[in-house]
Amino acid sequence: MKDRDIPVLPRGVRVHFDRVREKWVLLAPERAVTLDDVGHAILNEVDGTRSFGEITRMLAAKYDAPADQIAKDSAGFLGALRDRRFLDVTP
Amino acid sequence: MSTVAPPIAMLAELTHRCPLSCPYCSNPVELARQNSELDTATWSDVFRQAADLGVLQLHLSGGEPASRRDLVDLVRAAREAGLYTNLITSGIGLTEKRLRELDAVGLDHVQLSLQGTDATMADEIGGYRGGFARKMQVAEWIKEIGFPLTLNAVLHRRNLHQLPRALEMAEEMGARRIEVATVQFHGWALKNRDALMPTREQAKKATQIVAEARARLKGRLVIDYVPADYHEDFPKRCMGGWGTTGLNVVPDGTVLPCHAAQTIPHLRFDRVQDRSLAEIWQTNMAFDAYRGTEWMADPCRSCDRKTVDFGGCRCQAMAIVGDAGATDPVCVKSPHHGALQTQADQHAAQADAHLTYRKMPAKIAAEPVEM
Ligand code: SF4
Ligand code: SF4
Repeated sequence: MKDRDIPVLPRGVRVHFDRVREKWVLLAPERAVTLDDVGHAILNEVDGTRSFGEITRMLAAKYDAPADQIAKDSAGFLGALRDRRFLDVTP
Repeated sequence: MSTVAPPIAMLAELTHRCPLSCPYCSNPVELARQNSELDTATWSDVFRQAADLGVLQLHLSGGEPASRRDLVDLVRAAREAGLYTNLITSGIGLTEKRLRELDAVGLDHVQLSLQGTDATMADEIGGYRGGFARKMQVAEWIKEIGFPLTLNAVLHRRNLHQLPRALEMAEEMGARRIEVATVQFHGWALKNRDALMPTREQAKKATQIVAEARARLKGRLVIDYVPADYHEDFPKRCMGGWGTTGLNVVPDGTVLPCHAAQTIPHLRFDRVQDRSLAEIWQTNMAFDAYRGTEWMADPCRSCDRKTVDFGGCRCQAMAIVGDAGATDPVCVKSPHHGALQTQADQHAAQADAHLTYRKMPAKIAAEPVEM
C-alpha cells in the first residue's frame, strides 16, 4: 500500500453494526468479518477520496500514536482485505 | 435458553421449482410443490425474525428463486430487515428489467451457477436447451448493473476438464470470486454417483489447477474450492458446525440444520408457521442432536480435529454408514474409509452411466390440504 493509494470499499462490501452481538462487522459476499477497534477505526476513514497516507496521518493524530506504526498496521489490515477482494485500491 | 450462540447465515429455499433439472441438485428427492410454498408475508416475517436472532447473511436460493413472482418484494423485505442479501441463481427467469428492480431494492450480491463452459455441456447437464445462451445474457446484464458476482462452477467427471475455461469466464464476467465446487453427493447427486463421480486423477488435477490459479490470480479473483471428498483423507467441515453458524428454511417453512438433514430419519423438525425462529434455533431437537461435540463417539471423540471438521458430514455418515452419529466415512480414521475409496473408484469407472435428471413429482389433481 503506497502513500498515494486510495482505498475504497467496493459495492457489496460494507461496515455494519451487529446489534445482536454488539460488534462492528464487515459484510462481504459469503463472509462476515468481525472488526476490532483498530480495524473499525481504519475503515471509518476509508471514504474513496482520502489516500492511504492521509488516512494514516489522521489516525496517528487522533490516537496520538507513531505514524509509521499506524501505517504498518493499516497496510497489513487493508492489504489482507484487498487480497480477499473486499477492498479496491486506485493508485 | 440463551446459551446457544446465534446463527450468522440463513439459507432460504424459496421454492423447489426450477426450469433446469441438474442431476446433482441438492434439493431433496421429494420436491415440495408450489402450493405448499410460504407466501410473501410469511417469508418477510421470517427474514425479520432471522435478523433479530443475529443472522447477518441471507442466501436466497431454491430451486430457482427467480421462479418466485414476488422475488423483488422478498429482496426488499430482506434488505429492510437489515440482512446482507445474496441471490443464488442459474440466471434463468431473470430479465434485464427484473435485475434492475432487484438493484433498486438493494440486492447485495449475485451468485450465478455454471453447469458447463459451453452450450453443449451446460445445456446437457442442466437439461434445458438454450439455458447457456440465456445465462451468458444474464451475466452481461449483471456486469452492466455492477452487481458483485460470484461464479459457481459445479464440477464432476463430465466437465472437470472445463475448469481452466471456467476460471477465464469468471474473469471475463468481472466476478470477484469463483466457487470451484466438486459435486457433493447428497440429494439427487446420490442417484448419479456412477455418472458424476470424478476419477482420482481428475480430482488431483483439479487441486493442482486451483493451487496454480490462486497464485496467478491473487488479488484479482478469489477462488473457493470444494474438492471431491470421496477421494480425500479428511472430511469436509460440516458447515461451521451443526446448529452453530447456519440454518435453512425450506419452501414449506420447515427449518433445518442443513439442507440434507431430512435424510436423517430420527430427527424431528419444526416449521416457522408453528414456532418462532429463535425458539426453533435454541430448542428444536434436530438442531440439538449434533450440536457441539458431546454427541460424538470415537474416533472423533478423542480426535484433535473434532472442532476443525466436527466429525464431517452427518448426512454422509447416514447415507453411507447408516448411522448419522458415525464418523464421516471419508475420514481415514473411519473403519469405512477403505471401502468408500474402493466404491468411489468403482463409481468413477462407469464410463457409460446415464444421467438421472431431477424431476418434480407428478401433479395430483385433488391434493388434500394439510394444515
Ligand atoms: S476422526 Fe472425526 S474429528 Fe477426527 S478427523 Fe476424522 S472425522 Fe474429523
Ligand atoms: S451434515 Fe453434511 S450436508 Fe449437512 S451441513 Fe453438515 S456437512 Fe453439510
